Amino acid sequence: MRPPFTFRRAAAAALLKAPLALARERFPKPDLSNDYATPVSAWPGAVPVWVDWLDMGLLAGALAAAAWLALRRRSRTGLLMLSLACLAYFGFWRGGCLCPVGSFQAVTEGLFCGVALPLPTVVFFVLPLLAALLFGRVFCAAVCPLGVLQDLVAVRPQRLAPTLSAALQVIPVVLLALGVLLAATQTAYLACRFDPLVPLLRLTGTAGGVTMGAAMLLLGVFLARPLCRFLCPYGVLLRGLSRLSWRHVTITPDTCVQCHLCASSCPFEAIAAPSPERPAEPVRTGIRRLGWLVLAVPALVAGFALLFTFLAPALARLHGDVRLSEQLRREAVNGAPATVESIAFRASSRTPEELHDAAQKRRLALRRGGLWAGAFVGLVLACRLIGASVHRQRRDYEPDRGRCLSCGRCFRYCPKEQLRLRQRAEP
Amino acid sequence: MSAAEQPADGARRTFLRQCLAGAAGAAVCGVGLTALRGGAKSSSFRWQIDPAVCTQCGRCATECVLAISAVKCVHNFAMCGYCNLCFGYFESQAPRLDSGGENQLCPTGAIRRRFVEEPYFEYTIDEELCTGCGRCVKNCTAFGNGSLHLQVRHDLCLNCEECAIARGCPVSAFRRVPAANPYLPKGREDGRT
Repeated sequence: MRPPFTFRRAAAAALLKAPLALARERFPKPDLSNDYATPVSAWPGAVPVWVDWLDMGLLAGALAAAAWLALRRRSRTGLLMLSLACLAYFGFWRGGCLCPVGSFQAVTEGLFCGVALPLPTVVFFVLPLLAALLFGRVFCAAVCPLGVLQDLVAVRPQRLAPTLSAALQVIPVVLLALGVLLAATQTAYLACRFDPLVPLLRLTGTAGGVTMGAAMLLLGVFLARPLCRFLCPYGVLLRGLSRLSWRHVTITPDTCVQCHLCASSCPFEAIAAPSPERPAEPVRTGIRRLGWLVLAVPALVAGFALLFTFLAPALARLHGDVRLSEQLRREAVNGAPATVESIAFRASSRTPEELHDAAQKRRLALRRGGLWAGAFVGLVLACRLIGASVHRQRRDYEPDRGRCLSCGRCFRYCPKEQLRLRQRAEP
Repeated sequence: MSAAEQPADGARRTFLRQCLAGAAGAAVCGVGLTALRGGAKSSSFRWQIDPAVCTQCGRCATECVLAISAVKCVHNFAMCGYCNLCFGYFESQAPRLDSGGENQLCPTGAIRRRFVEEPYFEYTIDEELCTGCGRCVKNCTAFGNGSLHLQVRHDLCLNCEECAIARGCPVSAFRRVPAANPYLPKGREDGRT
């Protein structure tokens, strides 16, 4: 709505505009002769809306193709081809942005701060999760460019001790909680800032970033998909949903003959062996375990909540305002030399008090949010502990639905699969 | 567990899993829809510099994830005075007003000076050479008409989800604009190209 016109407003507007008008007339544009053609500035790179729809369509298509190749067609070669195509398009062509792995932060910001989000961001966040709920982690198998890049170099995968592996799998949960916390407080996009592989997809980056990426790939030769298994925060969501999936990749196309040929084929240690008969245990052991769990759940929740609260001031420093506020204090107290930020700040209309207030507010928000984020980490770990202590009767070799990436490496190890392939070849 | 109990137990587990899966699916869709309530945009965004806020601190040249920044100096000829002594082109202590390297302010010689008519000169930017350091922009804004300004070039920009320059910008001059119209050129208040 236009504000009503008043003389006072008009005068104020004229006063505000006066310096600008003067600045423009400092050296008025000359009347050049008619032969002079003013050069035209180019404004390249405007992206038409259909490109967004193309991206969303390609993602949906790639997910559907991955699900078909993994679940129906059971073709590792097909998945490999699809993953190369996705690496080329979503990775090298699009430079790794926008990716679902980072989109959870933008969605968090939209959720908590009401920031206007572009439709592709939300679609990129939601589609792989829905695909995981329907067909398992087919997104990880062939669509995610970061995952595919690691998948291609995993040629000498070594096994990790189960306890070490389980301990390392705590890291993604912590990173997810931190990523959500930092995005919800509009402090930083943690996953984007410290993504080690994205400089490789962009073929440019800082020396540190490229070195980290190269180191991660080198590690990936011996430890299959280290980023996906031990760092990826989005993978935590995919893992949770994949456990509830409607359909999931099976190792055998038929019934398991328990030949255990597939057991060592998985570089991600995601194949669960048949469990031995449940050992008879005295009631006391069960009660003691239950007691420990009852104690462990609140302890974990409280412990992580406290830990995150203590981390809040350090996390706040990821935001420029907090760093600047500390810098101004240093300059005032210790006489530290001025930085570009502090000089620019002094030239602006903001007062140091406003800045210190904003920094303090951010620290408080992170402390308060840290309680929830820490509690979430504690709760997830507690659930995993409970899951580990529950005895599950398993008769066959089955993929662990949470950890299985649906890559299809195990298919050809199954004798029943070999039989199926032979039958298909001979009509 | 007896054999008679087993099917019931399996059915219960399946039912629970289906309930959980339904809830999870609803949650995912709900989160997506709620995140869109701030304003769904069918078009995505691009990063751009607001020239009215920019202080030409020089960070654009150093913070970008690209080896040579996607930020370039652009020239609004409609605002230019075609001065002989261009504050954006010449060093403050330039010995002579000609295109000698020692006279030029631009560290890469990215500004081309062309004689138009006495006493006016035209200044164009060679974006291949421009690093986006903003030294010319700073002087033009301080002493001249302010026709030179910095803009993110979208044929080069990778459109990072968290722009490294925006993060390092001391005055928050970076903001997101619709991808279909991704420039904020100086002298056009509606931001249209």
